[in-house]
Amino acid sequence: MQLSRRQFFKVAAGGLTGSSLVAMGFSPTAALAEVRTFKLARSTETRNTCPYCSVGCGIIMYSLGDKAKNAHAEIFHIEGDPDHPVNRGSLCPKGAGLLDFVHSKNRLKYPEVREPGTKEWKRISWDEAFTRIAKLVKEDRDANFIAKNADGVTVNRWLTTGFLAASASSNEAGYITHKVVRSLGMLAFDNQARV
Amino acid sequence: MTNHWSDIKNADVVLIMGGNAAEAHPCGFKWVTEAKAKNKARLIVVDPRFTRSAALADLYAPIRTGTDIAFLGGVINYLIAGNKVHMDYIKSYTDMSYLVKDEFAFADGFFSGYDAEKRKYDKAGWEYQTGEDGYVKTDPTLENPRCVWNLLKAHFARYTPEMVEKICGTPRDKFLQVAEMLASTHTPDRVMTILYALGWTQHSTGSQIIRTAAMVQLLLGNIGRAGGGVNALRGHSNIQGLTDLGLLSNLLPGYMTLPGEKETDYDAYIAKRAPKPMRPGQLSYWQNYGKFHVSLMKAWYGAAATKDNNWAFDYLPKLDKTYDVLQVFELMHQGKMTGYFAQGFNPLNSFPNKAKVSAALSKLKFLVIMDPLATETSEFWQNHGEFNDVDPAKIQTTVFRLPTTCFAEEDGAIVNSGRWLQWHWKGADAPGEAKTDPEIMAGLFLRLREMYKKDGGAFPDPILNLAWAYKLPHEPSPEELAKEYNGKALADQFDAKDPTKLVKKAGELLDGFAQLKDDGSTACGCWIFSGAWTEKGNMMARRDTADPWHNGQTLGWAFAWPANRRILYNRAAADPSGKPWDAKRKQVWWDAAQSKWVGSDVPDFKADSAPEDGMGPFIMNPEGVARFFARGMMNEGPFPEHYEPFETPIGTNPMHPNNPKAISNPAARVFKGDMEAFGTAKDFPYAATTYRLTEHFHYWTKHVESNAITQPEQFVEIGEALAAEKGIKAGDKVKVSSNRGYIKAVAVVTKRIKPLQVDGKTVHHVGIPLHWGFKGVAKNGFITNTLTPFVGDANTQTPEFKSFLVNVEKA
Repeated sequence: MQLSRRQFFKVAAGGLTGSSLVAMGFSPTAALAEVRTFKLARSTETRNTCPYCSVGCGIIMYSLGDKAKNAHAEIFHIEGDPDHPVNRGSLCPKGAGLLDFVHSKNRLKYPEVREPGTKEWKRISWDEAFTRIAKLVKEDRDANFIAKNADGVTVNRWLTTGFLAASASSNEAGYITHKVVRSLGMLAFDNQARV
Repeated sequence: MTNHWSDIKNADVVLIMGGNAAEAHPCGFKWVTEAKAKNKARLIVVDPRFTRSAALADLYAPIRTGTDIAFLGGVINYLIAGNKVHMDYIKSYTDMSYLVKDEFAFADGFFSGYDAEKRKYDKAGWEYQTGEDGYVKTDPTLENPRCVWNLLKAHFARYTPEMVEKICGTPRDKFLQVAEMLASTHTPDRVMTILYALGWTQHSTGSQIIRTAAMVQLLLGNIGRAGGGVNALRGHSNIQGLTDLGLLSNLLPGYMTLPGEKETDYDAYIAKRAPKPMRPGQLSYWQNYGKFHVSLMKAWYGAAATKDNNWAFDYLPKLDKTYDVLQVFELMHQGKMTGYFAQGFNPLNSFPNKAKVSAALSKLKFLVIMDPLATETSEFWQNHGEFNDVDPAKIQTTVFRLPTTCFAEEDGAIVNSGRWLQWHWKGADAPGEAKTDPEIMAGLFLRLREMYKKDGGAFPDPILNLAWAYKLPHEPSPEELAKEYNGKALADQFDAKDPTKLVKKAGELLDGFAQLKDDGSTACGCWIFSGAWTEKGNMMARRDTADPWHNGQTLGWAFAWPANRRILYNRAAADPSGKPWDAKRKQVWWDAAQSKWVGSDVPDFKADSAPEDGMGPFIMNPEGVARFFARGMMNEGPFPEHYEPFETPIGTNPMHPNNPKAISNPAARVFKGDMEAFGTAKDFPYAATTYRLTEHFHYWTKHVESNAITQPEQFVEIGEALAAEKGIKAGDKVKVSSNRGYIKAVAVVTKRIKPLQVDGKTVHHVGIPLHWGFKGVAKNGFITNTLTPFVGDANTQTPEFKSFLVNVEKA
């Protein structure tokens, strides 16, 4: 059976625009030959920004599910945002592979520790990770904090632990990181802008 | 970027130098092709390699890596000698007429005040002359031999086309073609943009390269103009934002700076950063520094920051020097560091001299990794054969690896190169137990605070008093944090002109940084971001694409700092009388009827300052104008000078052949042991440079299947001439070595890299893409930074990744 484009749109499941189906490679004929339902019919579109270079291309992420409580959202497609004034829908070879970044098998899933001299990772809980790290931090800070320099001037700095901040984390992550790091008196603090 | 991506379409000439936008920023490069297609723009590319940007250029000129100051200095000389400068612009908008102290001099490769022992300058003489009225002396006729214009002319007269050819290896006729095309934009009706990236910053003279470019643009009158500017194409998606937020050793948010340990007096600390105008009638906007600073301290320390304790001045750590990453890894290497955090950062791959970085990490007691991916740094202790030949049993570092979300799994804003803060939304849950960075920072902080509360310890006050009124203390939300950096009123705010008029009620979000106060009645975490989330809502989430002036400014899309301004210094787009230089490119202008500045962009100026008041367009400078003479702000001199990379293939500086101490940057910091680790051309004869590929992003996409498929294996690029000399065929495995180590990779033999004739010698380049490592789904490879030297720019300490020496042989 052949359908006109107009008929096809009437037939297609409600709630989404047909043009995006066509854009994704589902021609009307092929679509009707397919027995399973479209992922797009149940997908949620979420706007985001490409995390790679500094052009800041707009992207649209398509995930399964409607973000309802306890529903597990899984992203199955990412494309350029056609309304974005800079990339106007396009993505480069890096951005076009974003889906595989989200689902890379090298994504970390659990806190781990590698103990001194050993050859492997050991899974630990967040609570253990936070507690152990906080203890190490406090121990070093209490031992090496410099309240006054040789001239007796108040300097309140701590130089023996450093923090290297990110390059693609959000402003909000950067802001809270700076706030915490400086409250400890840390000066060995940099981000990717330095290199 | 002084301008932004879509604005590139307004250019008549585009110069790409020190960058390769077509491959590293492909979707931004679209705007170059747009300018070519719609604006008849000409594209010039200057690069050691014939890149994909070069492939679309109208004019390509080769250059030896690390010699950009000589090239651009030659352009400056060409413009001045040929009278191809925008004279009205530079007379009114720059420091050309300012008189410089008589002590300032330049001879034999050194500026006045050099101390060879310390490798440092005494900069006291690098200043303007001041008159009895306290203002800088000027000579508007530009005749005084001590005016900046005459000093500049004399300084750059030495950069002749012959000298450019001798140093850069750029054929004289190619150089002159480039210079002529750039010069074509010195008229008010033509504009050029310059696009650069890490190809300019990653040199021991990087900051001065960029200053030289800014000088070219000022001479041509291209700063502040649509389609103009000096545009840094940042390397990562939020490097701009994280720098804006001050996550660097010596900074605070919004380009404020930490006190040095000699700054014991709070008022003097503020006064030094709030300079009075150097000329009558100038704004010197940093005079508001105190408002920005006090509002920051109120955001961080709330009620604990009071006038009586100088807004918690003692809570801020005081610097004895800058602890940049090279300094920190030097200390770590000396065994002086205990712990280190790497948040979304892979220093083993990203820092120079991998052997030194690895040895340094091995001396730590603990290392904490926060990352969405399994980085090399997190496994620096693990043996990965030839790629990472270490013995885990000998490494006593405890390593924690904490999984974080990636972009797709969080809400928040990132800032693109054009200073646009763009909000994004979470589309899926994090894998496994991964947490967001704010949750992890909160988790660590709350435990620490609890321990200090319970057990006390070294100076607990800033920890105990840090403002932490988040709804869920263990999970500060992006909305709360964004509102915090936007700022809010802590007390009712009244109109300065009419004290009966309530402007903001206590608790309300501020409209912008103009509302900040230094009396503790406002809080603001990052003054330049103020206006991003106001009582009207999240300005960063705006999606209005309207472009009524057809100049690509889209003021309703997201939020650009500062104050939603799209082009910085845009007052300079109008002439001194307030009329646009070019009626076809109307940006901002003086509307006499309304007595204010109006236009297609948010004016970067005091809105009601009439042109006849004579206020200069560079309102952040105490001069009110742009500086050719940097005074004491740069470590190696007020004017840029060519110095060779620390590893130079010619072993001499042709500008100063008789001064062996002026071969490389005399003011660059070199640690003991690193100088000895530099190689010479005798053993390592080829000039090497590192770079990115179109298909990969840094060290991330080797974890990404589709990218790993498109570029699976490590390679290096060598020219046909060098390949023939060495008997290397395309596809051969080669060993590339520097004085610090070696890598092995497949040889790509290419026509895109040609030998250059430099100072009577043939110089070959070796191109080394940087994307591989021993973790990932691509084929494992060597870490490129095994090869690179541990030395940085004399001001920023950005490592010299782009110019070093190697040898190449068949593996």
